[in-house]
Amino acid sequence: MDKQSRQATTPVAELTALDKRIINLLQRGLPVVERPFLEIAQQLGCHEDEVLERLNHLMTNKVLTRFGPMFDAVCLGGAFTLAALAVPEPEFERVTEQVNSFDEVAHNYRRSHDFNMWFVVGAESAEQVNNVINDIESKTGLPVLNTPKLEEFYVQLYLPA
Amino acid sequence: MSQLANVLNITKAPQPSCQAQRLTASKSLSARQQQELRAILEQGLPQVAQPYLAIAEQINASPDQVLAQIALWQEQGLIKRFGLVVKHRQLGFKANAMVVWDIADEQVDAVAKLLSSCPEVSLCYRRPRRLPDWRYNLFCMIHGTDRAIVEAQIAAIVDKFALQAVNKDILFSVKAYKQQGARYTKKGNCHG
Repeated sequence: MDKQSRQATTPVAELTALDKRIINLLQRGLPVVERPFLEIAQQLGCHEDEVLERLNHLMTNKVLTRFGPMFDAVCLGGAFTLAALAVPEPEFERVTEQVNSFDEVAHNYRRSHDFNMWFVVGAESAEQVNNVINDIESKTGLPVLNTPKLEEFYVQLYLPA
Repeated sequence: MSQLANVLNITKAPQPSCQAQRLTASKSLSARQQQELRAILEQGLPQVAQPYLAIAEQINASPDQVLAQIALWQEQGLIKRFGLVVKHRQLGFKANAMVVWDIADEQVDAVAKLLSSCPEVSLCYRRPRRLPDWRYNLFCMIHGTDRAIVEAQIAAIVDKFALQAVNKDILFSVKAYKQQGARYTKKGNCHG
């Protein structure tokens, strides 16, 4: 199966009621104490081992891809932007290859709009991000819509159990 | 305006001070241990009963030193929060819509708080307009089980907050062409 069609066939994971409660609770944060899963278990009314076993299971099944502290990438010295191109339909494949050829490009999505290609550019500095944007413009011959994040509003995913 | 008042105390992502790079953190861990600790934490927390003890052993420190260092990083904004990264598709959320709004500048903060209070909204960012091509200054992501449901959720949000007069656009993802992190984002988790 090629990379592009893989996600269309991703099976939906079976989550137990406990899984959903664990995910919902852990999204609100994990206590930074010696035995964090014991505190989580106490809040859920189950055993510490059960929490650990379900977490391991969710990671193995790739329902969760990461679990732990979220570092501020900008604080770490990186710079990012969300950018878009309005790609003429016959050019789409060529431009996709050109854009994806940059190591700094991540998360390239085709979207239903005149601006039909949306991707994240990440590099070590704002200057490098701008260089990559300029390089993408020269390589594709298309103007890039550059919309860096100005402010983030915190939200949480909630799975009704 | 009662809805606005209700959301004023919603947690907003703290503005990081980025002091971490300037301050040498607590006396406890050496610079090298701090680097090792960060590298380990970036891989995620070990799923064992005493994860900080496991990490402390790896870097020749005590669990208390590790906990103190993490607390300091949280204070400094280097660690934004503890949480999970969930694969939406594995959970059956197959329709992913980016909803973009053209909100008057003086209202964008209040509207963003309303939108981010909705459980359907998974990300909410303010971004610059790029006139004349791009008039939208507020972006949010909505993940749902299918497109019709996501459209209904968006319609319900518009009704709930009386946003009928606001110009918006809905961009559904048709296909993902690249999903790996950018070279740099391997160090963190970022959405541009």
